[in-house]
Amino acid sequence: MMTTRRRLFVSFGIGAVLMLGVSGLRHVAHAQTAPEAAAPAAAAPAAPVPDPTGDNTGTASDVAVKDAKSPTLPEVMATVGHNKVAINIVWTLFTGFLVMFMQAGFALVETGFCRAKNAAHTMAMNFMVYGIGMMGYWICGFALQMGGVGAVAALGGTPPLTHEFTVTLLGHPFGLFGTKGFFLGPDVYDVGVFALFLFQMVFMDTTATIPTGAMAERWKWSSFVIYGFFISMFTYPIFGNWVWGGGWLSQLGANFGLGHGHVDFAGSSVVHMVGGVAALAGAMVLGPRIGKYTKDGKPVAIPGHHIPMALLGTFILAFGWFGFNPGSTLAGGDMRIAVVAVNTMLASAAGAVTAMIYMMARFGKPDPSMMANGMLAGLVAITAPCAFVTAPASVLIGVIAGVLVCWSVFFVEGTLKVDDPVGAISVHGVNGAWGVLSLGLFADGVYGDGWNGVPGKVTGLFYGAPKQFLAECIGVVVCFAWTFVTIYVFFKVLDVLVGNRVSAETEMAGLDLPEVGALAYPEFVLSPGTIGSYEPPPAPAPAPAGAPAVARVSAT
Amino acid sequence: MKKIEAIVRPHLLEAVKNALQEVGVVGMTISEVKGFGRQKGHAETYRGSEYKVELVPKVKIEVALPAELVEAAMEAVLKTAKTGKFGDGKVFVTSLDDVVRIRTGEHGEQAL
Repeated sequence: MMTTRRRLFVSFGIGAVLMLGVSGLRHVAHAQTAPEAAAPAAAAPAAPVPDPTGDNTGTASDVAVKDAKSPTLPEVMATVGHNKVAINIVWTLFTGFLVMFMQAGFALVETGFCRAKNAAHTMAMNFMVYGIGMMGYWICGFALQMGGVGAVAALGGTPPLTHEFTVTLLGHPFGLFGTKGFFLGPDVYDVGVFALFLFQMVFMDTTATIPTGAMAERWKWSSFVIYGFFISMFTYPIFGNWVWGGGWLSQLGANFGLGHGHVDFAGSSVVHMVGGVAALAGAMVLGPRIGKYTKDGKPVAIPGHHIPMALLGTFILAFGWFGFNPGSTLAGGDMRIAVVAVNTMLASAAGAVTAMIYMMARFGKPDPSMMANGMLAGLVAITAPCAFVTAPASVLIGVIAGVLVCWSVFFVEGTLKVDDPVGAISVHGVNGAWGVLSLGLFADGVYGDGWNGVPGKVTGLFYGAPKQFLAECIGVVVCFAWTFVTIYVFFKVLDVLVGNRVSAETEMAGLDLPEVGALAYPEFVLSPGTIGSYEPPPAPAPAPAGAPAVARVSAT
Repeated sequence: MKKIEAIVRPHLLEAVKNALQEVGVVGMTISEVKGFGRQKGHAETYRGSEYKVELVPKVKIEVALPAELVEAAMEAVLKTAKTGKFGDGKVFVTSLDDVVRIRTGEHGEQAL
């Protein structure tokens, strides 16, 4: 009975599909014949000719002039200028979109390196830091950072961003923070400013999401939310102002003759080192996860639950970096972007390969989590120097980053006893510092004429300009001091006010349900491992001879 | 009637299952289990730190069968599940008091 009925339905269905298909074909046939039939009637205007090669698309007729027969030079100049800035704004927006997608990369890397019981919580932090950070940056972060940047010529001059709060020390002006652009109000209602806002916003959010990895698996949600506002409204924008907004670190060259001042092309210090140092301060205040260290202080490995996820996230980050670094020209018309992009990918490859070789040589296997850290370390390191160095120097910078990140992971975990589940401190903090220092060493003096208001090109120590290296060193020290102090004090105060860490019960059970109200994997029963218990498992007593040797434990 | 419980390496499940079917076993239940024996698992490194994989994943095959098939079934398991290295697993044989086929209510060897 059932089968006959089903057969009936099937044949009816096939019939219906066939009929639809036939009527569709007839529609197509109509559509094809119709214009031909209509053509003779409307013969007067020439039929538009398609241009499959593009040779005839975009001609003089596309330039708006009063009299097509005698275009004036100012008219042509206006169009050229408009197009130049248009290319730059499209470039800045497009690369900003790529950087926005790096949030997805961070989410996957951090979640993959965490345990399954905390996957929804880790993912949710990475998700919400985008929104929280953006609100904070819109309220005051952007104004504090870029409100006094002055004219960004590539984006048409950004005329309204003109107010920098400045103090005079040692007879020189020290820019401290900007004061225009709060809430993107009517006084900065300008296309150039909006393009700059989008680009700077996604950079800030990169910083904001770095500590969520180092502090994962034990961070209280309410504390995380307040942190999201704090870093986007205060710590990040102020340091960003000092380097990119016309502030005092960028003035070190003009004021004290230290090269071009602290130069950081795309943010090894401004974005990554701030994020990495904030991660260090946060992870120190939080303390290690339960079970991370044995009683005598030996670190215990807590493997991530989803290595493919973490590696996919790493690839997404590497892809987003093609927006991060080349986009930092803020100008598609600056063809140095080709050098920037190639240097970026070379350093990422060198970092991944070196970390892999190092781990294989030392432990016998190429630990996928360290391959991922190695690639990211290379990317972080090349972020500052990518526009100023040669290809071989980029590879060398990546090679050093790949080893440095391994050493740093062991140092942070084994010596500092700071628990960083994803390696954020080593990838972003340590290699962020290495990135700006490497700029001070390897900048080859062919690019960056007039950078930070200093005539001449950006040149490093190995090319005869030791003062540039000194400016980079000052930038590193200031970045560490500013970020560590503000974030450490912030978390210490927050510890008293709302608390930073979940209860031990919550941590053992997993943060997913207690903290965010949803399990990442509700359909799976997760088997508890031997890792993450209060105490390391007691040493098993030697089995008496003849006793059954297999103690079976059913999977729960 | 006897019951065989074989704890074997997961990747050898297919071979063990086929060998059991060849000697006339008509049904089985398998489950994913974890456990350890005398070696107490093994050590791995992750990000430079060592950790012990103490509970090693295994597959447990449970088979109920007439007593006269036990020898052949045991042979089949030993032949297919053995690699000669630590961690090959164990086979437990126990007596079965009764078996009931739920659908028909049959008892004993009828129900196997």
